[in-house]
Amino acid sequence: MPKLDIVLVGLNHKTAPVSVRECLAFSKEETISTLKTLQDFDHIHETFLLSTCNRVEFLMASTDIEQTVKCLKDFIAQSKNISLNKFDTSLYVHEKDEAVRHLFRVAASLDSLVVGEPQILGQIKDAYLTATEKKTSGVILNRLLHRTFFVAKRVRTETGIGDHAVSISYAAIELARKIFGDLEDKKIMLVGAGEMAELAVEHLIRHHAGDIFVANRTFENGVAMAKRFKGTPIRMEEISEYLKVADIIISSTGAPGFVIERKDVKGVMRSRKNRPIFFIDIAVPRDIDPDINKANNAYVYDIDDLKGVIEENMEDRNKEALKGERIIDEAVIHFRQWYESLDVVPTIVALREKIDDLVKLEIDKTLKGLPHLKHSDTEALSRMSDALINKIMHHPTRFLKSDRCRGNKSIYLDMTRKLFKLDD
Amino acid sequence: MEIFFPLTILLYMMSTAGYAFYLFWQKEYLHKAGYFLLLTGFICHSVILVFSTTSTGLLPVQNLHEMLSMMAWALSGIFLIIQYKYQLKVLGIFAAPLASLVMVIAAFVPWVMLEDKSTLNNFWLIIHVIPVLLGDAAFALACGSGILYLMQERSIKSKSRGFVFKRLPSLEMLDATGYASLVIGFTLLTIGLISGLVYAKTAWGRFWTWDPKEVWSGITWLIYAVLLHERITVGWRGKRSAILAIIGFMVVLFTFFGVSLLFEGHHGAFLK
Repeated sequence: MPKLDIVLVGLNHKTAPVSVRECLAFSKEETISTLKTLQDFDHIHETFLLSTCNRVEFLMASTDIEQTVKCLKDFIAQSKNISLNKFDTSLYVHEKDEAVRHLFRVAASLDSLVVGEPQILGQIKDAYLTATEKKTSGVILNRLLHRTFFVAKRVRTETGIGDHAVSISYAAIELARKIFGDLEDKKIMLVGAGEMAELAVEHLIRHHAGDIFVANRTFENGVAMAKRFKGTPIRMEEISEYLKVADIIISSTGAPGFVIERKDVKGVMRSRKNRPIFFIDIAVPRDIDPDINKANNAYVYDIDDLKGVIEENMEDRNKEALKGERIIDEAVIHFRQWYESLDVVPTIVALREKIDDLVKLEIDKTLKGLPHLKHSDTEALSRMSDALINKIMHHPTRFLKSDRCRGNKSIYLDMTRKLFKLDD
Repeated sequence: MEIFFPLTILLYMMSTAGYAFYLFWQKEYLHKAGYFLLLTGFICHSVILVFSTTSTGLLPVQNLHEMLSMMAWALSGIFLIIQYKYQLKVLGIFAAPLASLVMVIAAFVPWVMLEDKSTLNNFWLIIHVIPVLLGDAAFALACGSGILYLMQERSIKSKSRGFVFKRLPSLEMLDATGYASLVIGFTLLTIGLISGLVYAKTAWGRFWTWDPKEVWSGITWLIYAVLLHERITVGWRGKRSAILAIIGFMVVLFTFFGVSLLFEGHHGAFLK
């Protein structure tokens, strides 16, 4: 049986528009049935399928790459009821080292829409779990996926790829931390409602922020939202009063003019004892008078400022991604070394060396305790041990070299390596 | 014994390098290296001072060379304490080079022996000189924190977020460290000034003689007293506090060097 090769076929947000991606997405149930169907092909021995909103990736260990790719394309067209020419140009095919590299890059989030976003690794872990449950991943893919998790983790810890905030709400939190240091017990005022503003409040709560005040044009809505955040609802007219205690104000109303003006802030700084106050203005048109930023110990960031922050952080991440590529290059070489060792000849050689070493060690030990032996005696002993090694090696060698191990030979090779601990 | 002086300078300079690299690369081990080099330098430095005191029987503040060395020692000491307590790592980029610089200047200042030692060897003098030097060192750090605060506040206000924004800690931390330095400095200065008054009484029979150094010390003390008072009562903090800490330290420097150079008085001797 010829050796298995790794092949990866897929498409992602760069190669395919959303209209194609949504046609080819696989739900959990579809994934399971697809894994089973693909596994039934003669040339496909191991299968793994990842499907997220940004990508679909088929990873397979196959004896015939050409045939596998062709069958897979036909299968996709058939099962998704879409003609091949609609998605053929969107597909990429990576073989061997390139397939390994691609998977590493995807897992390390170097290939993501937002470089460094952490979800993808979890998605790959889930997909792998499905493949193991359905027993479609074997020796090669198991090893590859475990390496993948390891590499992704290494890229994350050794580079700053996930360091800086790349969403509006995180960017706001990052800024708040540069002003206040610790956000513990900082009081929050949420003015208006909106997804980004609420997300920011949730982040702040996770940082153990203190009391939360919620102001809303419709008091009832304010009450409902305050309940959600375990906060206190206040009326719009009370805002300037609460500026005396709130440290972080997140504003996102639909008001046409400024909701908080410079004079409101000027009046409260004395009773605040000049403790810093940070305004996050997510509204368009703006809610917070930008002039407030000129006042001492008051800071205002509007939506464009926050977007600027994100752009800079993205640049930083891209720089860090280069370091990640280097780590991945290294990991690809390591994987290839293991993969090549998973061949008949290297395995037999390694096994013989292992047994040779063990026998030599024991013979030497024994001879040390028998100094009275003559030279001819020791030679006889060593001849005996050589013969023993040959006898021991005889059957495993013939078995591994023959075609009698039906199905996936790599299982037996891997088993041999594991039984005798050949990979140190 | 001579080897300890250049060794101290070398260690301070290496510490400076450690902190400078830390500023650029933000690696924890660089900061640690800077800290331990400074600590080793400080221990070396202490050996010099102890040896000098025990061999001559006088506190080594007899001439400008010794005075400068003592200042650098006070600065490293106070910095090590504040750093240990407040973990404001980048402050080392201010303290370590300053200590190195003062030591290098000291190395170039000739060692002069003063003839009249009688007035400079007294219990009260020790209680006067050491706290004043330590206090001034703390003010130097308050000034350093103030400068860093202004840089960070500028980068946040202007939304430029370049080199400074990423490398400096939060405004709160800079402000808190500056405040702590001010409190330490003010306490020590107060002790130093009171003991100075007592010393003046024992040496010249009067508490206050309108010596220029005394007057300027009084002004320094008042500036810091106002700053701390306003901070506690109405919350002068952040930018205003930082600016005043910087101005205050300028006055300290003037009181220390300027007054001795411009005016005659009974503090002038050690600057010879």
